[in-house]
Amino acid sequence: MLTEKTLEKLRILAESAKYDVSCSSSGTVRGGKQGMVGNTVGGVGICHSFADDGRCISLLKVMLTNYCMYDCAYCINRRSNDIRRATLAVHELEEIVMEFYRRNYIEGLFLSSGVVRNPDYTMERLVAIAKDLRMVHHFNGYIHLKSIPGASRELMNEAGRYADRMSVNIEIPNENSLKLLAPEKDHQSVFTPMKIIQQGVLENKEDRKRLHHVPRFVPAGQSTQMIVGATAETDRDILHMSSAMYSQPTMRRVYYSGYVSVNTYDSRLPVLKQPPLVRENRLYQADWLLRFYQFKVEEIVDEANANLDLEVDPKLAWALRHPEQFPVDINRDDYERILRVPGIGVKSAMMIVNSRRFNRITSYHLKKMGVVMKKAKFFITCHELADGYANPIVGINELHPERLKPLLISKAQQKKAAAELQLTLDFEEEKK
Amino acid sequence: MLVYTFDRTLDGVLSAVFDAFSLHQRPDALIGKGEPLPLFCEEVHEVETADDRAQRVWAGLEKRVSKEALRLITISFQSELPELNTPLFHYICKVFRQPEGTRSIERNFSDPDVLAVTNIFRRVMHERLRMMQFVRFQKAKDGTYLGVVAPDHNVLPLVVAHFKDRFGDQPWLLYDAKRRYGFYYDRQEVTRIMFQNGDALPFDLGTGKLSDEMLSEDDKLFQDLWRTYFKAICIKERMNPRKQLNDMPQRYWKYMTEKQ
Repeated sequence: MLTEKTLEKLRILAESAKYDVSCSSSGTVRGGKQGMVGNTVGGVGICHSFADDGRCISLLKVMLTNYCMYDCAYCINRRSNDIRRATLAVHELEEIVMEFYRRNYIEGLFLSSGVVRNPDYTMERLVAIAKDLRMVHHFNGYIHLKSIPGASRELMNEAGRYADRMSVNIEIPNENSLKLLAPEKDHQSVFTPMKIIQQGVLENKEDRKRLHHVPRFVPAGQSTQMIVGATAETDRDILHMSSAMYSQPTMRRVYYSGYVSVNTYDSRLPVLKQPPLVRENRLYQADWLLRFYQFKVEEIVDEANANLDLEVDPKLAWALRHPEQFPVDINRDDYERILRVPGIGVKSAMMIVNSRRFNRITSYHLKKMGVVMKKAKFFITCHELADGYANPIVGINELHPERLKPLLISKAQQKKAAAELQLTLDFEEEKK
Repeated sequence: MLVYTFDRTLDGVLSAVFDAFSLHQRPDALIGKGEPLPLFCEEVHEVETADDRAQRVWAGLEKRVSKEALRLITISFQSELPELNTPLFHYICKVFRQPEGTRSIERNFSDPDVLAVTNIFRRVMHERLRMMQFVRFQKAKDGTYLGVVAPDHNVLPLVVAHFKDRFGDQPWLLYDAKRRYGFYYDRQEVTRIMFQNGDALPFDLGTGKLSDEMLSEDDKLFQDLWRTYFKAICIKERMNPRKQLNDMPQRYWKYMTEKQ
């Protein structure tokens, strides 16, 4: 039976888990089964609520315990931190998951844990809970398990049978910086479990070709996370790491977590008053370009521009650097080129290539379809006659990128970007 | 200007299409009975809904357009928006006016009617997703789970299959407080229900709350746990109420446990 104490524990452990940004419940479609509770919908997944910080709540994101034997500088749960510690009993956690799920509060469980005693011991407890949920409580919803670096292959393989998705966090894209902040960790300890999961998935795929009753292994693949702004890495380093991750067959998502100064006393870390939210947003935009817009990393960031422009989104920044690629002819050019026009997304690009088989598309149609003409109009032609010499077509090549850029940035965007570049010091007096 | 009026059913729309072709007319608008007529309206034709005519039009549609387009028509009609009627009517007429063998107009988004219907379809599907997201169940003493909602569009019939698949082993009742009907699932099948006596509802229509004598004992605890979790998961340094409102509009809050 749950009591008031459970309430307090859930609060402590949710607060410990919240800095992990992974949230999605997508990647696998599994219908309901007789005698079981739940299904997974795949597609875009279902977010059940949105917290006051605007982040979605899809899974019950919680730690089994926030005791930890490691001392990673960026982590709220490091052993040298003086915070309240708690451990949820197995039956408590299972009851919360089932009851929340039945009330449509959550899509499933995201379970993580601080490392206690040794990785195997911790991992074993996580696996036991996932197994219990599936076998005893007949839970058929989504389970995301964090794999503990250093856990044995046998445990990982068992975990993969019950979990939908598993993840290991890279946290810091550069190994030297990682060693500086987390002396007990290295990249090897992250890549090994990733490899094990990947091997498991690929072997399972082969098995299922021959035997249809073999249960699926981590059907929703893996994800990972990198912290942004805690170390000196450029966006180029981060995106190269993401791109390498996405080239692995089972990696579905890379998350970026703007560093929130949780341990202000540690001199190895920067003192940030605000997490770098604009930069984080730009990284997600770049991530989308990699995944859905067929961009290469070197097109988004190169040696000269190792960091993303905070004032304009990466797609617009690319367009401004490459005026020779424009104008794009809406009625003739292929889908890939239309997709590269700032202001045209996947949805409107699909609509354009579908509709232009019937009749010529004009700027009126584009506007109606939802294209952001404010941006797009400088980069396209759609066979419309100019109003004459008084009003010639003005494109990026006539205006030149350097004069076009200020026209496309709003005051609010400029302010936001400037605020993030400005170092603000947190004086004690200010607080009083 | 020629205007058709109909009884605001999908069969009515289809019958209107039938009339337009049998009378060789091209009406400018299709509006529901009782709605104000547009200006300069010279002629009004009242469409009589007839099942057999609607059937014939539907059979014709099935031959001419894809399954997705049929789905587009039925789902967009669930929007119950008055501004849908005319574009939907024109859309169907255009399908029949196309010469045989030409490419179906369903993918021509530069056509204003196709685009309007598609956009309304998207809005309905979006709200359908929101129902899947934001329905909150409370457990009653007899073990039935009650969820009350008040969606803008009539999307409840579209989410029933999802909830049946997901919560196949628990009886539940989904109730639309705006349209005063609901779906009850008894672990076997889903039935559409209405309460005969409006005062006898076991819950409050304004908040969706079950009355205390009906609520199961531990439900309060789980509601508290959920509210605690909801507060704890927010990172104070990243407050962003605007995004929260964007993704979870305030009109859904009144039935949501964490916002009550």
